[in-house]
Amino acid sequence: MGMTMTQKILAAHAGHEEVKAGQLIMANLDLVLGNDITAPVAITEFEKIGVDGVFDRGKVAIVPDHFTPNKDIQAAEQCKVVRSFAQEKQIENYFEIGEMGIEHALLPEKGLVVPGDVVIGADSHTCTYGALGAFSTGIGSTDMAAGMATGQTWFKVPAAMQFRLTGTLQEWVSGKDVILHIIGRIGVDGALYRSMEFVGEGVSQLSMDDRFTIANMAIEAGAKNGIFPVDEQTVAYVKEHSYRDYTVYEADPDADYDACHTIDLSAIRPTVSFPHLPDNTRTIDEVGDVTVDQVVIGSCTNGRIGDIRTAAAILKGRKVAKGVRLIVFPATQRIYLQALREGLVEALVEAGAAFSTPTCGPCLGGHMGILAKGERAVATTNRNFVGRMGHPESEVYLASPAVAAATAITGRITDPASVSG
Amino acid sequence: MQAKGRAFKYGSNVDTDVIIPARYLNTSDPAELAKHCMEDIDSEFVKEVRTGDLIVADKNFGCGSSREHAPMAIKAAGVSVVIASTFARIFYRNALNIGLPILECSEAVRGIEKGDVVEVDFTTGEISNATKGQAYQAEPFPAFMQELITAGGLIPYIRQKKAT
Repeated sequence: MGMTMTQKILAAHAGHEEVKAGQLIMANLDLVLGNDITAPVAITEFEKIGVDGVFDRGKVAIVPDHFTPNKDIQAAEQCKVVRSFAQEKQIENYFEIGEMGIEHALLPEKGLVVPGDVVIGADSHTCTYGALGAFSTGIGSTDMAAGMATGQTWFKVPAAMQFRLTGTLQEWVSGKDVILHIIGRIGVDGALYRSMEFVGEGVSQLSMDDRFTIANMAIEAGAKNGIFPVDEQTVAYVKEHSYRDYTVYEADPDADYDACHTIDLSAIRPTVSFPHLPDNTRTIDEVGDVTVDQVVIGSCTNGRIGDIRTAAAILKGRKVAKGVRLIVFPATQRIYLQALREGLVEALVEAGAAFSTPTCGPCLGGHMGILAKGERAVATTNRNFVGRMGHPESEVYLASPAVAAATAITGRITDPASVSG
Repeated sequence: MQAKGRAFKYGSNVDTDVIIPARYLNTSDPAELAKHCMEDIDSEFVKEVRTGDLIVADKNFGCGSSREHAPMAIKAAGVSVVIASTFARIFYRNALNIGLPILECSEAVRGIEKGDVVEVDFTTGEISNATKGQAYQAEPFPAFMQELITAGGLIPYIRQKKAT
């Protein structure tokens, strides 16, 4: 029996010729990631292990992005713990305010992840790097501590589901709609413990930004990881961002999949997840009349330059509806600067948007856009759980940047086709 | 290794945001986190929970974020074991790594109701419902995982191994 793409990467990092689904392996790590929420717990655990330093100063990344710029005294203290640790252990990839970004947009941009890598991160959206043909998965703080100390972690080799993408996306339909559609189809535990492997000629139609968005939300279907094959676009992205050597792995033709789904990209409509689970999806045609108080565009899911461009294209020369608060937060400083140079920031601010420094803040109800009781938001983020963005009786609707921008103009969830051009 | 207590019962997809909302993540002090455990799904939980009690839930318990604060809050609240039909994978790892026992057993989830007094034997995987007079069988932990949980989690377990 052949191996899936994920299984091949894991086998190579565990020093095995072959691995099978369900097998427990000890794998070597190319990168261990943490942030200002998860790293403090990991640092406490790391100190208990009793080693002097991290396994490799170049293979640990710490990004204070969640409650930064520091939202309160306690958050500031947590960041201080992380900063001191990074200084003391001489962590090469520590990114302070001013050079930072949301971790899952920042690491690929800095060239820290390349195809064929094995990456663990103490953040569930670490699965984002599957877009680059790497195996990456979220773990907790204790696993991060052990990973930093030893450079290894144990995995149960996952079984896989295959998603064969065909066709081409329609105008105003993006990677976000693709992944919301898939989660709506298979459910929030539809890929539990397994890999989601995306294949087919439709892959080449997707931009790298779209692929990052899709891989990012694999966790919202319960998956261990999501992964894309490496093609010309991937290679071009990696060459632009990284000096590192990389290895391309391909699934064997006789690899075993628990399930195979065909996804016709041309049939996907703009899709919205209603409260309070990402699988509670409706197409834009089925949404009905849903008014909103706030629109949030950004996050590790949709804060990349393509997302900001889409939002600006729709909002340029228009105004945000009275009574609606639009908050746009680019995912990294580089994206911020690019948006500034292209005139996107100007277009958005003139439309009435608040343009924020990079932060995870509003997505997880941390700061910079908390919802009051009974308020409703459309967000390009990844979770719409109870209380996710604020009060337990507030509501979050997940959508693409195009739907979010169109909604900001009308004040109700809107098909971007109806406000464009 | 055994546990005995009253059951708190929940449905499917209990996510980490309701187990411990992000607004409390500006601390990692277990006792502080425990004060807000399950707050957004069951505001009575912290008032009612006593040391040894159990959480019983259906599918995909602990879905969402990788925050280890979720199993930390549950453990610090005094919960002795979480029984669910399935667990989200990051929560599963995190729970064991911090020494919070968890068991997958759909049969027990179907049988146990809120307030039932339940006893769990981790060595055999036997779950007894004293209130209903029922018994359910879960897959017991392998020996190394029992050792790891008894040690209090992955890090104390690694330290113990280094010392011996």
